[in-house]
Amino acid sequence: MIEHHLPVLIVLVPLFGALLSSLTHRGSIAWGVALLATVLTLAGAIALLARVTHEGVISYEIGGWAPPVGIEYRVDMANALVILIVASIAAVIVPYARVSVAREIAADQHAWFYTMYLLCVTGLIGIAVTGDAFNAFVFLEVSSLATYTLIALGPSRRSLLSAYQYLIMGTIGATFYIIGVGLLLTITGTLNFVDLAARIADTQYDQALLAAFAFITVGIGLKLALFPLHVWLPNAYAKAPSTGTALLASTATKVAVYLLVRIYFSVFGVDKIIGDIPVLELLLILSIAAMFFASIVAVFEKNVKRLLAYSSVAQVGYMILGVSMATTTALTGTLVHLANHALMKGAAFLAIGAVAYQLGSVSLDRMKGVGRVMPITMGCFVVAGLSLIGVPGTVGFISKYYLVIAAFEKGWWWLAFLIVASSLIAVFYVGRVVEVAWFSAPDTEAAELRDPPLLMLVPTIILAAACVFFGVDASLTAGLAEGAANVLFGGYQ
Amino acid sequence: MRLDVVLRVVTKLMLPFMLVFAIYVQFHGDYGPGGGFQAGVIAAAALILYALMFGLSAAMRVVPTWLVEKMIPIGVMIYAGTGVVSMFLHENFLDYDALNHHSHVHAQEWGVFIVEVGVFVTVSSTMIAIFYAFGGRGR
Amino acid sequence: MEVLQAIAAHYNHWITIFLMVAGLYVVVARGNMIKKLIGLSLFQTSVYLLYISPGKILGGTAPIIDPSIEVYSNPLPHVLILTAIVVGVATLALGLGLVVRINEVYGSIEEDEIFTREDDDE
Repeated sequence: MIEHHLPVLIVLVPLFGALLSSLTHRGSIAWGVALLATVLTLAGAIALLARVTHEGVISYEIGGWAPPVGIEYRVDMANALVILIVASIAAVIVPYARVSVAREIAADQHAWFYTMYLLCVTGLIGIAVTGDAFNAFVFLEVSSLATYTLIALGPSRRSLLSAYQYLIMGTIGATFYIIGVGLLLTITGTLNFVDLAARIADTQYDQALLAAFAFITVGIGLKLALFPLHVWLPNAYAKAPSTGTALLASTATKVAVYLLVRIYFSVFGVDKIIGDIPVLELLLILSIAAMFFASIVAVFEKNVKRLLAYSSVAQVGYMILGVSMATTTALTGTLVHLANHALMKGAAFLAIGAVAYQLGSVSLDRMKGVGRVMPITMGCFVVAGLSLIGVPGTVGFISKYYLVIAAFEKGWWWLAFLIVASSLIAVFYVGRVVEVAWFSAPDTEAAELRDPPLLMLVPTIILAAACVFFGVDASLTAGLAEGAANVLFGGYQ
Repeated sequence: MRLDVVLRVVTKLMLPFMLVFAIYVQFHGDYGPGGGFQAGVIAAAALILYALMFGLSAAMRVVPTWLVEKMIPIGVMIYAGTGVVSMFLHENFLDYDALNHHSHVHAQEWGVFIVEVGVFVTVSSTMIAIFYAFGGRGR
Repeated sequence: MEVLQAIAAHYNHWITIFLMVAGLYVVVARGNMIKKLIGLSLFQTSVYLLYISPGKILGGTAPIIDPSIEVYSNPLPHVLILTAIVVGVATLALGLGLVVRINEVYGSIEEDEIFTREDDDE
């Protein structure tokens, strides 16, 4: 019976977890609930992926109403992969939250933190699992509202401002998306992705369809921090509580990228609209701009959290680069980078969160020599940093390998050159942190520090180890990503 | 004695009618416009009117903050719980047919009825919570 | 004349577009945080119209089945927009809540003032 209900259970478990932890009011109980809920969700996500690999596409009718009338939860390789990413990151980070949240957030707000954490996970998994355009909007807003609250719970008063700015930008983004969906509904009379794909294929090219496409692109572009629309991201990541930053950085933008890819390639298809206007060329330019501009900004950033946030904008550039090339290999690169970037950014932000926990600051000026006194933490950061650069033997190399191959397949050798060149900039911003942390003597304040408690250390090590493991043996992640790319390109049959 | 005696008396006279109207809208949702959302807002409006006339502390004695904070998740639980019950009765999530195997129409009616109760609880308590949160801030 | 007729025939869309652009303009052009939120609300409200106005079918009635009626309006947009309204209310409430907190810590709700003050701090 559980097998059959898996697609809805992975949304319900974190939802009920959120409800329960909001009822408790005790931080420790809420943490226990969050741990249980995320671990169960992870188990569900693994079981779901196993089922999809065996049986193919799973369709679940909410309320017993058959699609396209009812809401359909439709799981194929692509969303099973995204769900697994979100669920595993969420589960790994929760133990870390116990210690970190206790330091950063007032005691009476702990239960609210876990409520928002779980609601955010609910929303993100919901976006991935649903096969209905409007349902995706609802989940988008569930996760966004939870995210705004998470950021506002941050330790400094700047957190409130960052949350407010993100609220304005995020709401505009979500509203653009819903305008696009509304236009699609008016044109085709349906909201189900499969049905939409069939009906869009039958309609003639028209202005309204183009407008719908444009609104959806800009709306999701805001959510995934596509280059000129990224201004909300650095502040939001830098000012959120450390645990919240790690969750957001490794999951939120990934799910938005997934939604964009789903709508581009499965719903519209490469021939419709995408074939008519130079949107892919535009995405190509924007992603290259993101790779270079954001990386260069990161080089000059003093606050390490902001540095990593700008690096996220650059990494989103690589994902969109894969989208803009629109070949199976490139899309494999995008999807494998979704997983890989979640791992490396998760590890990097957890390590920096540990520094913030011990040192009380993440400014480069004060981080002199922390590597020598917190070797395990900063060791994990170095592994994550090497992955960000794309050194062979780490996950970052795998993603860039696929992107470079895709560029050569298209005969765009200059693009392959640009990918490698932008990676070199990453050497500088990662190198700056490594230099300060390892190659300068700790001052008196830093000399007292030690590695953080095990609850914080173990999740960081797990993610850093995964960066190396999946970098050496990429058969699992790359295999899944390739299957997912084929599904997305195949459209709905 | 303050001069707003008319307002106070009229408010007290109106409150029961507002609450009854909320219940009417709640139950009339099956046959016409209405439902838990509208009813919840009307019920919350009744309490907010009471708070405006008699002060926030008086309203908080009637509906304390802790109760409001518990009611928000409980309403969602009633809603989602209905779906879980139908899962235990071997139907899909939120498939109300599970609630009455003899009549499709009655099953749907029951399902919507229970779900609307959940909506009422959450919406009314959320509206009150928002009002308390803003009204309770010192200046 | 035909152009005018085309414009008049789609007057609902013109209202929607006006509200949409006006709302977005307020969000972009105003520095007062409350005004920004009002603009955001206006922007979201325009979407409600975008959905609901095409759902009305001329001569159609409320979609409650009755043997004596043949033409119904489309009920789907209303259901969707009820959800969107809830989302809008939640966003507005959260936004206002944040502004109240910002006012408490900064003593201002003008973005310019707050940012100049923040820059001095750093």
